[in-house]
Amino acid sequence: MKIHVTDFDGKEHTLEALEGWRVMEIIRDHGLPIKAECGGCLACATCHVYVAPEWQNKLVPPSLDETDMLDMAVDVKDNSRLSCQLIMNAELDGLRVTLAPAG
Amino acid sequence: METASTNYHKTDVAIIGAGPVGLFAVFELGLLDMKAHLIDILDKPGGQCAELYPEKPIYDIPAWPVISGHDLTEKLLEQIKPFHPHFHFGQMAESLEKTDDGWKLTTDTGTVIEAKVIVIAAGGGSFVPKKPAIANIDQYENISVFYAVRKMEQFRGKDIVIAGGGDSALDWTLNLQPLAKSLTLVHRRDDFRAAPDSVLKMRALAAEGAINLVIADIKGLKGDAPHLSGLQLHSREKGDFEIACNTLLPFYGLTMKLGPIANFGLNLHENLVPVDTEKFETSTTGIFAIGDINHYPGKLKLILSGFHESALMAQKAFNYVYPDKKLRFQYTTASSDLHKKLGV
Ligand SMILES: Cc1cc2nc3c(=O)[nH]c(=O)nc-3n(C[C@H](O)[C@H](O)[C@H](O)COP(=O)(O)OP(=O)(O)OC[C@H]3O[C@@H](n4cnc5c(N)ncnc54)[C@H](O)[C@@H]3O)c2cc1C
Ligand code: FES
Repeated sequence: MKIHVTDFDGKEHTLEALEGWRVMEIIRDHGLPIKAECGGCLACATCHVYVAPEWQNKLVPPSLDETDMLDMAVDVKDNSRLSCQLIMNAELDGLRVTLAPAG
Repeated sequence: METASTNYHKTDVAIIGAGPVGLFAVFELGLLDMKAHLIDILDKPGGQCAELYPEKPIYDIPAWPVISGHDLTEKLLEQIKPFHPHFHFGQMAESLEKTDDGWKLTTDTGTVIEAKVIVIAAGGGSFVPKKPAIANIDQYENISVFYAVRKMEQFRGKDIVIAGGGDSALDWTLNLQPLAKSLTLVHRRDDFRAAPDSVLKMRALAAEGAINLVIADIKGLKGDAPHLSGLQLHSREKGDFEIACNTLLPFYGLTMKLGPIANFGLNLHENLVPVDTEKFETSTTGIFAIGDINHYPGKLKLILSGFHESALMAQKAFNYVYPDKKLRFQYTTASSDLHKKLGV
């Protein structure tokens, strides 16, 4: 399984993804600059990513808590998600996201 | 807890950061007769435990099978109480100068602390407000754009826009509305995560026309920097539009940034401070770094690592604070001298 992550310089990285891992963890453990300060507790909004349009509808919709926490992210767009809430599975193989500013 | 009030202080050790590790350092230093002042930009002790996960259970604090971030902080405060630490909250440790017998630390609010030893317990960095990704916003900061309210009076008679949907955004909307010439709350959706009571009050003000509520994204700033004259907004319904204002207060919560420690002249390794593993001293004699902020081979960012580092740091700090004294190793169980210090 792979995911494709575009960094702040516009460079795309293809990362090996593991079933059951949070997308945030995959990005972080490959050393890309994602802050994810709360480690996935839905308490920081610094794991903010933009999901490629073709993937938006394939994701489990955000929970109320995620939608609330997105209020604490900067530069939120329609395709904004908190990557600690996206759990990898076979259906997300090939997922494309772009890192969002952490503030 | 003693919150220091005057602006100049002399002490043995100045600790930057009042997270769990900075707090426990007070204990280890206190056992060896060293007094400490702590500085934290947050308005409360506990660092990440208090700011990011107060309610979450921690399971790997030795002898506490489970304890929340909040309770751990409370227990640490109880444990260090006998040593009367002085806290300087809401202040950024900003600059550090060498003196004849130690260091002079100055904060962004003008507090000066002279200490023989500096302990950097700055964790993941200082908690500072998130900045929205709006072009050129830094050019307007401190004149037209503010991320915190220090003095409310400053905003009297202003045309204010508050941005955000959390508790800070709503609280300041309610608090500044009576002072402002006009106040507009801009949020990206017509739903607010803030306390329901604040949301009700805000909606009432909006209904009676005392504030404007605008659901939109902020796209740009208008006016000759640093003087703001308005905002460019965008919403699905209205497309692009503008509103006039001379003050913008964005409230999107906090994030950790290394901050002024970067300018202390220390060696850095990817925003961390390298130390030795014998005494956790930095490349500069008399400056230690403990907890999440330090770096050494095998480092684990765990609270218990920081506690261990505190104990070893204190042994060496003793030599700087009491160059003529010999350090005696004692157990808290057995030493009547330590019992006296602990008040037991
Ligand atoms: C969600 C989450 C869960 C965690 N779970 C665990 C766990 O189960 N077990 C565990 O052991 N660890 C856990 N951790 C990690 C643990 O919280 C950290 O290791 C610990 O907080 C580090 O303590 P510290 O005192 O070094 O730094 P921090 O807690 O980061 O505190 C540093 C403080 O210094 C302040 N500061 C920094 N620079 C300045 C400056 N220039 N001026 C003024 N103030 C400044 C900051 O504002 C901050 O308050 C977890 C962390 C998170 C986020
Ligand atoms: S890591 Fe903090 S909200 Fe996702």
